[in-house]
Amino acid sequence: MTNKTDPGGDVRLTGIAKTYGAFTAVHPLDLTVPQGSFFALLGASGCGKTTTLRMIAGLEEPSAGTVFLGDQDVTALPPYKRPVNTVFQSYALFPHLDIFENVAFGLRRRGLKSVKKQVDEMLDLVQLGEQARKKPHQLSGGQQQRVAVARALINHPKVLLLDEPLGALDLKLRRQMQLELKRIQTEVGITFVHVTHDQEEAMTMADTVAVMNAGRVEQLGAPTDLYENPRTTFVANFLGTSNFIEAEVDSESGEEIVLKAGGGKLVLPEARCSAPATTGGKVLVGVRPEKISLTHADDAGEIPEGRNRITGRIADSSFIGVSTQYVVDSPVCSGFEVYAQNIDRDPRLVPGAEVVLHWNPAHTFGLDAAQDADAGVEEAA
Amino acid sequence: MPFVNWLKRNLVVLAGLLTLGYLLLPNVVVTVFSFNKPKGRFNYEWQQFSLDAWKDPCGVSGLCGSLSLSLQIAVWATLGATLLGTLIAFALVRYRFRARGAVNSLIFLPMAMPEVVMAASLLTLFLNMGAQLGFWTILIAHIMFCLSFVVTAVKARVMSMDPKLEEAARDLYAGPFQTFVRVTLPIAAPGIAAGALLAFALSFDDFIITNFNAGSTVTFPMFVWGSAQRGTPVQINVIGTTMFVVAVLFVLVSMLAGNRRNRQKA
Amino acid sequence: MSTLTEAPPPLAPQAPEPKPPKRRGRWTPYWLLLPGILWLVVFFALPMIYQASTSVQTGSLEEGYKVTWHFATYWDALSAYWPQFVRSVLYAGTATILCLLLGYPLAYLIAFRAGRWKNLIMILVIAPFFTSFLIRTLAWKTILADGGPVVGALNTLHVLDVTDWLGMTAGDRVLATPLAVVCGLTYNFLPFMILPLYTSLERIDGRLHEAAGDLYARPWTTFRKVTFPLSMPGVVSGTLLTFIPAAGDYVNADLLGSTDTRMVGNVIQTQFLRVLDYPTAAALSFILMAAILLMVTLYIRRSGTEDLV
Repeated sequence: MTNKTDPGGDVRLTGIAKTYGAFTAVHPLDLTVPQGSFFALLGASGCGKTTTLRMIAGLEEPSAGTVFLGDQDVTALPPYKRPVNTVFQSYALFPHLDIFENVAFGLRRRGLKSVKKQVDEMLDLVQLGEQARKKPHQLSGGQQQRVAVARALINHPKVLLLDEPLGALDLKLRRQMQLELKRIQTEVGITFVHVTHDQEEAMTMADTVAVMNAGRVEQLGAPTDLYENPRTTFVANFLGTSNFIEAEVDSESGEEIVLKAGGGKLVLPEARCSAPATTGGKVLVGVRPEKISLTHADDAGEIPEGRNRITGRIADSSFIGVSTQYVVDSPVCSGFEVYAQNIDRDPRLVPGAEVVLHWNPAHTFGLDAAQDADAGVEEAA
Repeated sequence: MPFVNWLKRNLVVLAGLLTLGYLLLPNVVVTVFSFNKPKGRFNYEWQQFSLDAWKDPCGVSGLCGSLSLSLQIAVWATLGATLLGTLIAFALVRYRFRARGAVNSLIFLPMAMPEVVMAASLLTLFLNMGAQLGFWTILIAHIMFCLSFVVTAVKARVMSMDPKLEEAARDLYAGPFQTFVRVTLPIAAPGIAAGALLAFALSFDDFIITNFNAGSTVTFPMFVWGSAQRGTPVQINVIGTTMFVVAVLFVLVSMLAGNRRNRQKA
Repeated sequence: MSTLTEAPPPLAPQAPEPKPPKRRGRWTPYWLLLPGILWLVVFFALPMIYQASTSVQTGSLEEGYKVTWHFATYWDALSAYWPQFVRSVLYAGTATILCLLLGYPLAYLIAFRAGRWKNLIMILVIAPFFTSFLIRTLAWKTILADGGPVVGALNTLHVLDVTDWLGMTAGDRVLATPLAVVCGLTYNFLPFMILPLYTSLERIDGRLHEAAGDLYARPWTTFRKVTFPLSMPGVVSGTLLTFIPAAGDYVNADLLGSTDTRMVGNVIQTQFLRVLDYPTAAALSFILMAAILLMVTLYIRRSGTEDLV
């Protein structure tokens, strides 16, 4: 539909900020969303993601900074003059208009007289051709959501903004709509900026995710990159679960960092450490629960060489079908979480058992020890 | 004791229905006595059935004149109060401004003030200004006391309205004026209509404030009041019955129409 | 601009000057408010001031009135008309309590028990509003007529003996007694009680009743401990909406009562429209207003409900 190399759909925010009195909702922020990409702003409520979105839409006036659409500075344009459309969290369908008129609203406001063909096509695209003459309250949540998307897309905006569009749907429908939205985006090739607090949703749908916290972007990148190589404890905890060990740098070779934790040593690839590592300094060593293997202490000799290892005792275990989740207390860190696939279950691994936790050093990541290891845990809940 | 148990369970229903009877009894009496043929000047005792009054509702001098005057005043007062009240309601819900508290009190006080106090003080003002009492003073007074009720009705509706709807309209290329006409006004319409209906009923039926500020002009309630001293013509009951029936029919029809509309759309 | 040239050259590309916040529609609310508020100021607030000033004037119709700060008018008015004040409070208070007792079951019925009759009953509560209240009040003259069925029934049931002993009726009559006036007041202002009660009852989640029943509360206890407390906002606004107009009313006392049932509204009306003693009338009206505002304020404070408007 739109030429993918046309820079008209780039969204560029430079130094954009929003303050309400003494409260800063968004700290000065630079962000570029390339044309045709599916971009997610991810964060807990109150992190500034919706404010950022509303500043792009023109519904909120930035306290500082500039919004560019392609090469055009749109900062001073009111929303009704921006080639940008929004899918609102509660859909905001006009209750006094039927579905057809809701979808036709934007076209009519721009002075188009014959809208029937376009609206019918758009309703067919979202599979609501039959419902054209119903009022919004007569549709189900999922249908209303599709109307909201159709109402925005029919205007061929340069950017489509989605403000928690799936928040009101139940889990199953949400999964379905995630795929549906992704399909539509691929089909029309319009830039999507999607705001959500659901990390799985962001990772499933977006090409690029920006994790926001307290008015700042903590980290920006592809979903796998964010998950495998988080650069702050907030990102590590907000996206999935992480275990942290505070360790001291023993030596540093340029390729690998060797760390001391408790009595043992841990290896961390230099490239995966976002903190400055100087011998004697502290580093937070992180590892995801599913990367860890559990071996009963009696079999410790069978663990291959070269793996990071920690000893501990199982404090709790819960069987959840595909996997078993263990909580392991160890001298270096209490409450270590381990997810083990239920392939070959060792019957000795019950609470109280002495175990060795081990993992490939390549799965270790290092963070600045000065931050709170629990940041983002509550927000992710 | 099944009967005692039944009574216990339905006591509140019985009590409620008794109250409803208390509320409706006077209307029944008004209707029945519109078919009376009283002896003497007062229509308080049943004599014999007659359709005389129904055949000649305007047969009493001044009655229909006062009725049409009341209708005129009610229409103008409704228009005035609805317009001014809607503007205030929007300002109160949609904007932050200084003196908000004072404005709220000024809206609330007329509703918390006994009518006789407002009536007397307004008359003092008119006397001091040397105003000619009549149609205009009545209209001014009616707009004044209907205003607060309109504000309350419209405010409730506008407050319950999702501000996102207007944002959505602006996002979909509707400028401020278009947004107001295409989205805000249609959605606020039921509240405005409720306020207008209330204003009409209040104005049409007002006696105390009108009585103080009417001079020698006679509205329908004042005609009724005067006839209570001089003699009550049966035609008053005819008018009262007609008003009741028209009101009930109006509400029933609009409700049935609403139901059918919903069913068709469903 | 001259200061800019003296400033050291920026190290980084300069950030754009923060724009002053746009004052979009700063005056809009005032324009919206202006006509209506002006109306209320000129025709509601200003008259109150005129009235206050009139109440401390002396003079006569022929020679005109002058402000002489003659506060004695207040004292004279109070000492001459205190029985009417007391009656106003008594009658309006009794009517309010009766409205609550009568109105609560009906509001409860509409909110929880009416089922598909709900809308019809609602219409029947509101519809009488559309018949002139004076005509409906006059109907009570017929209903309470001497020797009529209602009075006869009350007599047979010895209700009249009780009300006679209470000083509410005299002999076999109901018309032209305090009872008739209270009855008329109750009737006239009952819808003002029922509607707010219904609104607050309707908001109560029906499952709360089930929860209370589940937690071993009998129906009456459920009502006392759950339903009634939750309907308090309705009770407060209902009693205010009934008491205030009832205390200032003079129509019922005039049509259904006698010279012994005159309320303060009757006095104000007579002084203003017949005797033409404006200072006394203004003083009485001012006292009534102050008394009611005081009572309302205290009442709202005590019951802790502020969301009346």
